[in-house]
Amino acid sequence: MAEYLQTFLPYWAAYLLAALVHAALLIALSLGSGIAFVWAERKVAGRIQDRLGPTRVGGKFGWLQTIADGIKLLTKEDLCPKDADPLLFRVAAYVSFGASYSAFIALPFANGWVAQRMNVAVFFILAVMGIEVFGVILAGYGSGSKWSLFGAMREAAQVVSYEVPLGMCVIVPVMIAGTMDLTTIANMQGGWFWNWFLFHDIFTFLIFWVYFTCATASVNRAPFDLAEAESELVAGFHTEYSGFRWLFFFVAEYGSMFVVSGLAALLFFGGWNGPIPVTAFWPDHPALNYLANFLGMANFVFKAILGVLFMMWVRWTLPRLRIDQVITTCLKYCTPLAAVFFLGATLWTFAFPGGVTGMRGKPLGAAREQYEQPIESETPAVQFDSSPSDQPGEDRVAATSSVRLRPAR
Amino acid sequence: MNLLTQPVGVSHYLVVGAVLFVCGVVCMATKRNALGVLMGIELVLNGANLNFIAFGSHVLNRAGARTLGLDGQLIALFVIVLAAAEAAIALAITLNYYNNQATVDVDHADELRG
Amino acid sequence: MHSPIIWHSFFFLLFSILACAFAVAVVVTTNIVRMAFFLVVSLGSTAGLFFLAGADMVGAMQLMIYVGGTLVLLIFGVMLTAQQPFVSMHTPSGEWILAAIVGGSLLAVLLQVAWSVDAWTQGPPLPEAAYTREGTQGNASEALAHDPRFAPSQTATQLGFGLLGERVDQLSVKDPESRAGMSGYLLPFEIVSVHLLVVLVGAAYLARARYRASE
Repeated sequence: MAEYLQTFLPYWAAYLLAALVHAALLIALSLGSGIAFVWAERKVAGRIQDRLGPTRVGGKFGWLQTIADGIKLLTKEDLCPKDADPLLFRVAAYVSFGASYSAFIALPFANGWVAQRMNVAVFFILAVMGIEVFGVILAGYGSGSKWSLFGAMREAAQVVSYEVPLGMCVIVPVMIAGTMDLTTIANMQGGWFWNWFLFHDIFTFLIFWVYFTCATASVNRAPFDLAEAESELVAGFHTEYSGFRWLFFFVAEYGSMFVVSGLAALLFFGGWNGPIPVTAFWPDHPALNYLANFLGMANFVFKAILGVLFMMWVRWTLPRLRIDQVITTCLKYCTPLAAVFFLGATLWTFAFPGGVTGMRGKPLGAAREQYEQPIESETPAVQFDSSPSDQPGEDRVAATSSVRLRPAR
Repeated sequence: MNLLTQPVGVSHYLVVGAVLFVCGVVCMATKRNALGVLMGIELVLNGANLNFIAFGSHVLNRAGARTLGLDGQLIALFVIVLAAAEAAIALAITLNYYNNQATVDVDHADELRG
Repeated sequence: MHSPIIWHSFFFLLFSILACAFAVAVVVTTNIVRMAFFLVVSLGSTAGLFFLAGADMVGAMQLMIYVGGTLVLLIFGVMLTAQQPFVSMHTPSGEWILAAIVGGSLLAVLLQVAWSVDAWTQGPPLPEAAYTREGTQGNASEALAHDPRFAPSQTATQLGFGLLGERVDQLSVKDPESRAGMSGYLLPFEIVSVHLLVVLVGAAYLARARYRASE
C-alpha cells in the first residue's frame, strides 16, 4: 500500500498515511466490535432473563441502541471528583484502552494478515494484556473513592494470580507447535477439524477449558468481575467515571474479550482453518487465494465471536464468586490442573508425537516441516561436533536456519 | 546532523541507557520513601539492561563487528528475573518496616546505629 | 544523495524520548503514585527499544515480568502504605543540589564514553538501493525487507537453546579454546530458578511474620 501511495506522495507522507490507515482499521475493528458486543450482550442478557432486550431504536431488534448510547455518552459532562488525582484519573482510561488495543498488533486474522508478525506473538499478547490491569489500578487509586480502591486492589490481586495458570495453559499448544508465532501455529492446524490442537490429545482438550476459565477471569468478566461488583462496590473501579472515559474502559473490556477469544481460536480451534478445508481444493489463482484468505478471516472472526458469546452466556447464567473463592479457584484448582495437564501433554507428545488422530496419516512432524525451511543439520549438538568446514560463515547460516520457522512460500 | 535520516548505532542506545542510569541514581539518592528508592533501583537496572542489549544487537552493529551476541540478551534476561526477585523481597521488607515503625521514611530507619 | 527517513530511527527517537522524559519525571515528581505511573511508561518504552534492537524475546519479557509483574507488585506496596504523610515526601534542597552535581558529573562521564568509540557512533548503513531516488519508489522495499532493522527478529529459539546449555549462535567458532568461554547458561538458569523459589518462600515468610507482629 505504501508503494502505491508513493506514486503521488512524498516518501515519508506515503508511509505515514499507510501506517495511519492500518492503525485506523484496527481501531475501527476494536471500536466496532465493542459496539456490536454491547448490543449482543443486551440481547443475550434479555433472552436469558426472558425479556426482549432493546427493541425500540433502529428497528425491531434495536440495532442502533448502542450508537444512541454512544452519542449520549459523548455528550455527557466529563467529571473529575474533588478528591481525585486529576492526572492519574484522566490518564487511566487511556492506559486501559491502549493496552487492550496494542494486543491487536500481534493478533493474526488470516494467513499473513497481521499488523506485525512476531516470533513471540503469544507471549507478547499475554504481556500486553497484563498491562491493562494498570489502567484499572490507576483508576481505582486516582478516583479518591474507597469503592474504587477496593475494586482496584481486588483486580490487581486477581489478574496477577491468574496470569500463572493462563501462561501454563498457553504453553501447551506452543509446546506442541514448537513455536510462539501465532501465524505458524494456526497454519499447522490446517486441514480437517481433527487437526485442531483441541483434538490433539485428551490433555489439550481438557486444558482448553482451564484456559477459557482463566481467560474469563483475566479480562474481569462475570463470574469473576470482582473489580466492579455492583452489589457491594457500587461499580468498582469505574464508579467515578462518566461519559467518554467510562466508554474507554468499556471498549477496552470488550476488546480484551475479543483478543482472548481470538487467542483461544488460534491456539485450539485452528484459527482461520475451518472444520472442513473447502478452500484447500481450489485451484491456485491470486484472486481465489485472496478470497480464500478473506473467508479464513471470516472464519476466524466467527470463532472469536463465538467465544465472546460463550462468555456472555456464562455471565448471565452463573452467580458472582466471592474474592476468596476467586483466588481459591485460581491457586487451588486452575494452577494444579494446568500443571497436571501440561505434564500429561508433555508425556503424550513424547509417546505419540502425532497426536490422538495421528493427524490422519500426517504426523505432526511432517505438518511442521511443511512450514519450515528445509533443515540442513538435524540437531545443533551434532552440528557442534561435526568436522570443521573451511567456511565457518556458511556453517553458521546452516545452523541458524535450523532454528528458524518460516512458512514455505 | 539529522537523527531521522541516520542509522541508529550503539552510542545512541548508550546515551539513553546513561540517562536512565543517572535518573535512577539521583532517584535513589533523593527519595525518602523506601518505595521511591526501589523505583530508582529499577531504573538503574534498566539502564544497564539497555547497554547489554545494545552491545549484543546485530541490528545496531555493523556486519562482522565483534559483539556480545546472544550473551547480551541472556544477561538481560537474568537481570530482569533477578530484579523481579529483588522487588518481591524489598517490598516484603518495606511492608514489615511499615508495620513495625508506621512509616516508610528511610531516614527514620536508624535503630541499629551505635 | 537522497537520504530517506529511516523509520527505525524515527521509532528509536520516539521511544527514547518517552523513556528519558518519564525517567526524569520519576525523579522530579514527589507524589509516589505518580512516580509509579511514570516508571511504568518509562519501562514500557524501554521494552520498545528492546524490540527495535532486535531482542523481541527480551522485550516481551520486559513487558510481562517487569511492567506486568514487578510494577504491579510495587503499586500494590504503594497503595498499602499510601497514607497521607507518605504520599508526597519532600527532599531538602541541599540534597537535591548534591544529587544534581553527582548525577550531572556521572552523566557527563557516561556520555563522553558513549561517543568515544567510532565504531559505535553509527549503525550499519542502509542498503544502497534505499539511497537512490528510484529506490524509494520501487525496489527499496525489497532491499529493506532483508535489512536486519526491518526483518522480524527471531531470537526466542536461540535463547531457549542457550538456557539449556547449547549455543546454536556460536557454532561457527571451531576453536575449542575460544568456545570454552561461551558455553550455555544451564547452571545459571538452574541457580536462578532455585533462587526465585527461595525468594518466594522468603517473601511469604516475611508476610506471615507481619501478621504475627500486629496481633
